[in-house]
Amino acid sequence: MPPDLTIDQKIAGDLIANDVSFVTTVPCKQLAGVIAEIDRRPEIRHVPANKEDEGMGLCAGAWMGGQRAAIIMQNTALGVTLNTLATLIQFYRMPLPMLISYRGELREPVACQVEMALHTKALLAQLHIPTYHFHTQADAAELDTILKYSFMCNKPVAVLTDASFWGGYGDQ
Amino acid sequence: MIRSEILREIAPILRDHLVICNIGIPSQELHAIDDQPSNFYMLGTMGLASSIGLGLALAQPKPVIVIDGDGSVLTNLGTLPTIANNPADNYILMIIDNGSYGSTGDQPTYTSGKTSLAGMARAAGCDRVVECSGEETGPVLQEALDSGQMTVIVVRCDSGNAKMPVITLDPVVIRDRFMKAVRA
Ligand SMILES: Cc1ncc(C[n+]2csc(CCOP(=O)(O)OP(=O)(O)O)c2C)c(N)n1
Ligand SMILES: [Mg+2]
Repeated sequence: MPPDLTIDQKIAGDLIANDVSFVTTVPCKQLAGVIAEIDRRPEIRHVPANKEDEGMGLCAGAWMGGQRAAIIMQNTALGVTLNTLATLIQFYRMPLPMLISYRGELREPVACQVEMALHTKALLAQLHIPTYHFHTQADAAELDTILKYSFMCNKPVAVLTDASFWGGYGDQ
Repeated sequence: MIRSEILREIAPILRDHLVICNIGIPSQELHAIDDQPSNFYMLGTMGLASSIGLGLALAQPKPVIVIDGDGSVLTNLGTLPTIANNPADNYILMIIDNGSYGSTGDQPTYTSGKTSLAGMARAAGCDRVVECSGEETGPVLQEALDSGQMTVIVVRCDSGNAKMPVITLDPVVIRDRFMKAVRA
């Protein structure tokens, strides 16, 4: 990644380079920068969702309409998306890159966030969703390949981005 | 008038358009009445028909008709603000409001009580919301298509289901032929 690119610009750039033109989000504090960056990119239509399973429905429709779609969400929402992942995205065999903030990992200041962090990888493994854990910013070098993989095999993929990846929470 | 009678009446309108059809008996009825590659049958994922349809309408220019149910909209109420704030003039959300969870045995939903889906759609910011009876559905749907404006139609009708076979089409086949119809 060129040193003058922020991590948010790199992520948005990889999405655009892979023809992702439809992105839905439910925010997380750690995702604020990448969501703002997507809003600055005319190549991407950003449709905020009210719930993550709704967002996945939007992505499924956009993809069937010919646009590559992705979702940006927090790991605490994984539970509410399980049925949608199994019965829509996987059953109809659709690609879906999920950029997920991995709250509740090391440096987490909010104890409640840890509860879903404990289940995050187990749930993704149970669904046989290819899962990549970004811990340092160098890990993001693989994002481009991960996106290509999702659209090659028409499967959802999860990219878990933890607090260390995002540079902590300011004071932690 | 029950859902299957409405679907039978509007089938000649539906067959020329991209249709996203709600889970359960609605999809079984539409499939039995007039199966088309341009019909996307939901075999699961209660609630997301309106969201799938909106994504589809935003992504491409052809008109999209969503056949939804009151119970399914109630379980995904967040869809109404998303629809209102991301207007797609090729999008028609037609909610067959039979006041019940028809597919699971006609248990009443709250629209059979005090709740108005048309009122909720308006409060969410949807500009064009039309309520009609089952008998009026055909002309109202045609008018919505002709208007070229995003429309939410709430069809108030009776509860009841026609006995139709389960859809045995493979989901990937449904999706693949649907995508070909999108591109055609
Ligand atoms: C998450 C989930 N909960 C419950 C069900 C069972 N279910 C399938 S269809 C349906 C009723 C849907 O009602 P409505 O949207 O009003 O459609 P109708 O059959 O009345 O036309 C229910 C409860 C389900 N499939 N998935
Ligand atoms: Mg109903």
